[in-house]
Amino acid sequence: MPEMHRHEIDEVTCREFVELVTDYWEGALPEERMELVEEHLVMCDWCKTYLEQMQATVDALPEAAEREPVPEETERVLLSAFREWKARR
Amino acid sequence: MSPQELDESRLLSAIRGGDEAAFTELVGRHHGALRRFARIFGASEAVAEEIVQETWLTALQGLDSFEGRSSFKAWLFGIARNQARRRSERERRTVPFSALAGDGEADGPVVDSLCFQGPGANWPDHWSAPPRPWEDPERRLASLEAREQLRDALAELPERQRTVVVLRDVEGLDPEQVCELLEISEGNQRVLLHRGRSGVRAALEGYMDA
Repeated sequence: MPEMHRHEIDEVTCREFVELVTDYWEGALPEERMELVEEHLVMCDWCKTYLEQMQATVDALPEAAEREPVPEETERVLLSAFREWKARR
Repeated sequence: MSPQELDESRLLSAIRGGDEAAFTELVGRHHGALRRFARIFGASEAVAEEIVQETWLTALQGLDSFEGRSSFKAWLFGIARNQARRRSERERRTVPFSALAGDGEADGPVVDSLCFQGPGANWPDHWSAPPRPWEDPERRLASLEAREQLRDALAELPERQRTVVVLRDVEGLDPEQVCELLEISEGNQRVLLHRGRSGVRAALEGYMDA
């Protein structure tokens, strides 16, 4: 197929798809583009795999939250403020 | 039920009723997130701790009027943002988030160009090196080792991307809340989020493929 005709085909390529995942999820794509992304996903198992990996990544990210210990000094300051607050109510 | 087991709204009512243990639990739950958030605004460790303290002191004063229309965490972060800003204005030290360097947010593809077929190939711009399916991602990504990988991957991200991914995907804030806290547009927020998430996925790939 001559180069000039290739771009006339309305489709989302894999290279484009990987850039659009978050826009797709957040509903930030124009309707037509949204449909093209969905059509692409029906046809392309590799991009479906890519999408699943992005989803697994997003699902796992809350695990990265670390509970940090509250320093004694902060706890002391805040508890005494809490007692004052309580006494004033 | 111990305070550790209470959900946030029950914890808040216990605190309004004067329950000290509930207050300590709430402070503990948000301490790490608040410190990390304060550091986004350029605060050092010591200053971050002070901002966290000031945030709680302010939050206490407003606790009775907090109506739960936004999430408690978003409300708390809003207070912390104001505290951090007030400080930086006083000390003329920090740069606002929106003025931080671009972090390459708009250049370069999120997946290596070599993973796709070139213009002369049979299927230009389609995969040449497609991703390999991850086995049992939910279980494997919940492991301690994977958690380390996730943290390393986040640490490697450019600062603006890391900030947005942390606020959205780690802390669970809404897009609108993140835009407001960081004073960035929705489009900008999405670009940073997408590039950050893509970076974390790519970093996990080596671990998950092994």
